[in-house]
Amino acid sequence: MKLLERLIAIAALVPTLAFANVEVPLDTAPIDTGDTASLQNGAKLFVNHCLNCHAASHMRYNRLTDLGLTEQQIKDNLMFTTEKIGDHMKVAMSAKDAAKWFGAQPPDLSVIARSRGADWLYTYLRTFYRDDTRATGWNNVAFPNVGMPHVLAELQGELVMEEHKAAEGGEGAHGASHEPPKLVLAQAGSMTLKQYDAAIADLVNYLVYMGEPARNSRVQIGMMTLLFLGVLLVFAYVLKKEYWKDVH
Amino acid sequence: MSKPAALIQWIDERFPLTANWKAHLSEYYAPKNFNFWYYFGSLALLVLVIQVLSGIFLTMHYKPDAALAFGSVEYIMRDVPWGWLVRYIHSTGASMFFIVVYLHMLRGLLYGSYRKPRELIWIFGMLIYLCLMAEAFFGYLLPWGQMSYWGAQVIVNLFAAVPFVGEDLSVWIRGDYVVGDATLNRFFAFHVIAIPLVLIGLVAAHIIALHEVGSNNPDGIDIKKKKDPKTGIPLDGIPFHPYYTVKDIVGVVVFLMVFTIVVFFMPEVGGYFLEYNNFIPADPMKTPPHIAPVWYFTPYYAMLRAVPAMFGSQFPGVIVMGAGVVIFFLLPWLDRGKVRSIRYRGPLFRGWLYVFIVSFVILGWLGVKPTDFLGKVGSTDLEWATLLARIFTIVYFLFFLLMPFYTAIDREQPEPDRVTG
Repeated sequence: MKLLERLIAIAALVPTLAFANVEVPLDTAPIDTGDTASLQNGAKLFVNHCLNCHAASHMRYNRLTDLGLTEQQIKDNLMFTTEKIGDHMKVAMSAKDAAKWFGAQPPDLSVIARSRGADWLYTYLRTFYRDDTRATGWNNVAFPNVGMPHVLAELQGELVMEEHKAAEGGEGAHGASHEPPKLVLAQAGSMTLKQYDAAIADLVNYLVYMGEPARNSRVQIGMMTLLFLGVLLVFAYVLKKEYWKDVH
Repeated sequence: MSKPAALIQWIDERFPLTANWKAHLSEYYAPKNFNFWYYFGSLALLVLVIQVLSGIFLTMHYKPDAALAFGSVEYIMRDVPWGWLVRYIHSTGASMFFIVVYLHMLRGLLYGSYRKPRELIWIFGMLIYLCLMAEAFFGYLLPWGQMSYWGAQVIVNLFAAVPFVGEDLSVWIRGDYVVGDATLNRFFAFHVIAIPLVLIGLVAAHIIALHEVGSNNPDGIDIKKKKDPKTGIPLDGIPFHPYYTVKDIVGVVVFLMVFTIVVFFMPEVGGYFLEYNNFIPADPMKTPPHIAPVWYFTPYYAMLRAVPAMFGSQFPGVIVMGAGVVIFFLLPWLDRGKVRSIRYRGPLFRGWLYVFIVSFVILGWLGVKPTDFLGKVGSTDLEWATLLARIFTIVYFLFFLLMPFYTAIDREQPEPDRVTG
């Protein structure tokens, strides 16, 4: 059952590749919206790091009870800007300020996983690198010249583009430009890169869930519906056979 | 007299209930050799009912307002009990409607169901198809995503290509200089009441016309020519009810299983039933790099893009696209064959029909893709995708335009007297 759900989920996500901003090879996000611990960790990362600038204005806090949390737990651990459990995930920053600070209002993330796809988000959030030519000091492989700074740098550390190093070293010029850019760790963060990948997987998992909270129950109800129709098909077929016996 | 019988008699004296039941079901004699292709008529009716019912429930929660529309769809998806299910049923139903109708139309081509005396059935059917396209187009604006918005912008701009009155015409359609709140409101009105009313009327006309002349069959022969001399019932005819009602129930259950798989396990169908970019709210300031219509319009979209602009106007492309749909209406008069069914047609018609089906599918595929996805032809400026679209557009039209000639000289086989298998 679980395997089938995953296969279906993966199959549904495959074509999202075509919708990325640029043609970069995307890493496959290890998504499992049935993994409650992963979703809870993702929710924690989301409200702590994303929800300061990005709203999720169609998502209500009390919906997080889907993730096995009580309303009290949500209030105590995940709500910083409001006291009402039924409120939407809004941000305090005004659209005008946002445009002044970042050049554009940070997009609402309610359904971001549905437009961008999990793999793109998983790649994007792991490929920020230092770039002094940018106003924020950051650039991104999946989203070149992105307006957003690397807010998770304290966790991941700082990556730099390997090409720059090679150029300084003056070797390996042959065909180097054809290879995809490689990012290397210049300054470690509070997590190892492996821990960081796992954290981002949880965050993306949460974003996929938030894009469609009905997702898990949908698959379960689908199984029951198919089972019912399968039984009905047997009866319908037998009925048809019975009636058509006398047609020659 | 038993109580139910008395009630029916009471009604029959005031309304032709039993007479209609007999005329359309229990004493409507359909050929006994209907095959797989004959499921799609009743399935189209089923999808119509599904769309009307799910649409009514969506209308209870949807807000046709540029500032609220996108959010109200997410509200349906999250906060309305079972709203996600109703919405997925409606979005899946839209695509399934076209799948079923395309297969139903193909059935007509295979077995010559448009031929005399069924010309009006075919014309009503084509009008239903036109209404369906309008219904899908108006409905697609309502979620107010980027593809909704820019798709509507592109299509309404086609009207701006009409010489002289185009600009005024497009403003009149939109109710504004760009697609906006006024456009959304009127498209909502068309989608939920104007077009459905016409659609249901046309479906009634389609069925009344069908029951007047009787159903065609895979052999394309007239079952009314061989009747039982005593009863006057066609020898190859069986009452629609109960035989085809019980048979169609099997078809309905299988169809619902396919429907269920889409709704519950893959509602987006890889971006073909629900486009990924439509989960981005409409933004009049930001044109998406690649605007693709939903799959069921793509054959015609490919034709539109295939025709080069002439005298700085896109109008020729619009004409070709429109002609691509309208030419179907002429089918009953273009076909000069003596037999109806593909089973007894000659090699010319068979060949042309297969080439036509392939052209339609390839045009559909090209319409999904950006025009530069295959690269340029040699060192010229011409894109391979554009060249292919031109070739298959020409083939598409030749199927119709040459039909009076190749059907007239085709080596057809004799039809059987009675239906086979």
